[in-house]
Amino acid sequence: MTKLSYINGLPLVLLLSGMSTPAFAGSEDVVVENAWSRASIGVNRPGAAYMTVRNTGEDTVTLTGLTTPLAVMPQIHETKTNADGVSSMAPADEITIEPGQSVALEPGGLHAMLMKLQNPMIEGETFPLTLTFSDGGEVTVEVPILGIAARGPES
Amino acid sequence: MQRRHVVQYGAAGVGAVALMLGVGWWRVDGPGAPKPAGQRPLPLSAMDFRLTDHEGNEVGPETLIGRPTMVFFGFTYCPDVCPTTLSDISGWLEDLGDDAARMNVVFITVDPERDTVEAMAEYVGYFHPAIRGWTGPANQVARAAEGFRASYERVPTEGGDYTMNHTASVFLFDAKGELVTMIDYHEPREFAVPKIRRALTEDVEGAT
Ligand SMILES: [Cu+2]
Repeated sequence: MTKLSYINGLPLVLLLSGMSTPAFAGSEDVVVENAWSRASIGVNRPGAAYMTVRNTGEDTVTLTGLTTPLAVMPQIHETKTNADGVSSMAPADEITIEPGQSVALEPGGLHAMLMKLQNPMIEGETFPLTLTFSDGGEVTVEVPILGIAARGPES
Repeated sequence: MQRRHVVQYGAAGVGAVALMLGVGWWRVDGPGAPKPAGQRPLPLSAMDFRLTDHEGNEVGPETLIGRPTMVFFGFTYCPDVCPTTLSDISGWLEDLGDDAARMNVVFITVDPERDTVEAMAEYVGYFHPAIRGWTGPANQVARAAEGFRASYERVPTEGGDYTMNHTASVFLFDAKGELVTMIDYHEPREFAVPKIRRALTEDVEGAT
């Protein structure tokens, strides 16, 4: 399953040799699950991707940003809906995940906002999304692109 | 079932994040905060606006009277809330089965500058076929939102584009055009579908 692919910000050789990574405090123990996104109509509209980021290690990790070849400006956003029922969206600050905890990027809450798409997001394809952490580590996940009306990773 | 887990973790995760961020760019309103009087949507018969549907037909509030109606405001450049709500609505309509054909379901854009009739047609085409997309001149969209007591606001984004804050509740009216209830964003489907059935039932009661 490409969804679970998980790569530290390390030379590929190190990864393939299966060596542990003492240089990074925590992010090597981050696992990304259930990543998915919706197809886009062309490239003018921003895309969004969702996933669960799980810290399986002993150290607190802090998610600081995103990179992807798919979008010039990927950003973690948070949607809030106030008591009047008005939804708004703004960049989220750093996201700290305690050991054993996970953070869900899911519709109506946190999302990976993909602004300035370089290519249309086509249903059935995938794209790589790299999560960067405060310890310098990175985790890259292949995000499946589902239909525009998709509701979650299994639909 | 996998999704349920994600949702549960999500609640905990978002709660934790909200605590830790604690900065307050967003408004933190108590969930039970009373709605000011005058925020209740008008009956459809008291509204006045002229829009165009995604097939180019002239439409207005009177178009909706005679059948139960579900209305949602949004915009097609919305990456998160709008496709999620339209997917939810599509799911509710699937659950309603044949009854869905007895309803009007309308998605009104709050971003007519980008949401032309053509853009609306393409966008709604990806969702349940009962969903109609309405757009029109900015002043008419404003009058529609006023009638529903919906609000929206253009907000610039970092990249030089803009996004729209907007009311994300789904409005439910009976066949006479009276408000039955609203479905708030995040409300589980177990609550949404019975509410829609209520709008359909009130239609029957109104007819007898
Ligand atoms: Cu966003």
